[in-house]
Amino acid sequence: MVNYIWVGMFVIGIVFGMINGTMDQVNEALFVSAKEAVTLCLGLMSILVFWLGLMKIAEESGLLDKLSNLFKPFMRWLFPEVPANHPAMGYILSNMMANTFGLGNAATPLGIKAMEQLKKLNGGKTTVSRSMVTFLAINTSSVTLIPTTVIAIRMNYDSHSPTDIVFPTIIATAISAVGGIAIDRYFYYRRKRSGRE
Amino acid sequence: MLHWMTTISIWMIPILILCILLYGTLKRVPTYETFVEGGKEGISMSFSLIPFLVGMLVAISVFRASGALDFIVQSLNPLLSLLHFPSEVLPLAIIRPISGTAALGITSDLISVYGPDSFIGRLAATIQGSTDTTFYVLTVYFGAVGIKKMGDALKVGLLADLIGIIAAVVVVTLVFGMN
Repeated sequence: MVNYIWVGMFVIGIVFGMINGTMDQVNEALFVSAKEAVTLCLGLMSILVFWLGLMKIAEESGLLDKLSNLFKPFMRWLFPEVPANHPAMGYILSNMMANTFGLGNAATPLGIKAMEQLKKLNGGKTTVSRSMVTFLAINTSSVTLIPTTVIAIRMNYDSHSPTDIVFPTIIATAISAVGGIAIDRYFYYRRKRSGRE
Repeated sequence: MLHWMTTISIWMIPILILCILLYGTLKRVPTYETFVEGGKEGISMSFSLIPFLVGMLVAISVFRASGALDFIVQSLNPLLSLLHFPSEVLPLAIIRPISGTAALGITSDLISVYGPDSFIGRLAATIQGSTDTTFYVLTVYFGAVGIKKMGDALKVGLLADLIGIIAAVVVVTLVFGMN
C-alpha cells in the first residue's frame, strides 16, 4: 500500500512535470528536500534523546506503574472480558502509558505482548476477539500527552512557541479516543444482536 | 482566542519534567545515569528515521514541485470549502492512518511551506500528534500473533481516525482562529 503511494507520487510528479514544463523545479526539489530530511532528523535527535532519557527515569522510579494503577478501574470497564489480574491487563496498560508519553518504540513490543495474552484469553483462535478490537481502537486514537516529534519539527522551523499545540492535541486525541470506544461498543452490540458473539 | 490554553500548553512540559525528576530523586533512582542510558535510544531512533524521511520527503516535494499536488488540491477545493476543511491538509489526512513516517514527512513539509505558526502548520501538527497509524498497528500487532480474521477492527480504527481528524480541525480553529 505504502509502496504504491510512494511510487505513485514520483510517477505522477515527474509525468506532470513533463507536461507542465516544471522539470527544473522537480530537479531542484529532489536534492533540496533530501538534504532537508537529513537536517530534520538531526534536529529530532536532540529532543528524542532528552525525552527518552527522562522517560527512562519515569520508568525506573516506578512513576509509570503508579499511573497504571490509577487507571485500573477504568480499564475494568473498558475490557470486561479481561480478568483484572490477568497479565493481559498489565501489558495493555503499559502499552497505553508508553503511547501516552510518546515512547513509540517501547509501545510496540508491549502491544504485541498484550495481543498474545488476549489471544490466549480467546482460546488461541486466529479470529479477532472483542477485547482485541477495543485495544486497537484505543491504540489508533493514541492518547498522546506530549507529541515529541511534532514539537521537534516546529522547533526546527523556528516556531514562536513550539509547544502551543500540546493542549489542542490532547483535546483532539481525547475526542477521538472517546469516539473510538463508542464506535467499538456500537459494533460489538451489533455483532451481539446478529448472534456472532 | 483562548489564550490560557496556550499558556497551559507551555507550562505543561516543564512541570511534567519537574515531577519526573523530583519523583525519581525521591525514589533514589540514579537520575543522571538513567537519563544517559535512556537517551542513547534517541540517537539510534533518529538515525533510523533518516531513510524513511528522505524517501518520503523527496517523493512529496517532487509531487508538489511539479504542480501535481496543487492541481489535485484545486480540483477538490469547492467540495472541501463547503466542509470548512483546508484542502492543503487533505493528503495528510489520507496518509496518516496508512504510514506514520509518510505522514511525518507530509507534516514537516506543510510546516516548512506554510510556517509552523500558520493555521495549516498548526493543524498538521495537531493531526500528526493526535492520531496513530492504524494500518501499522493492525499489521504489526495482529501479524505478530497470527490473527487472520480481523472482523470489525479496521473499520473501528479508521472511524476513530476520522473522528480525530475532524476534532483536530475543530479544536485548532477554536483555539487559534482561522489565520
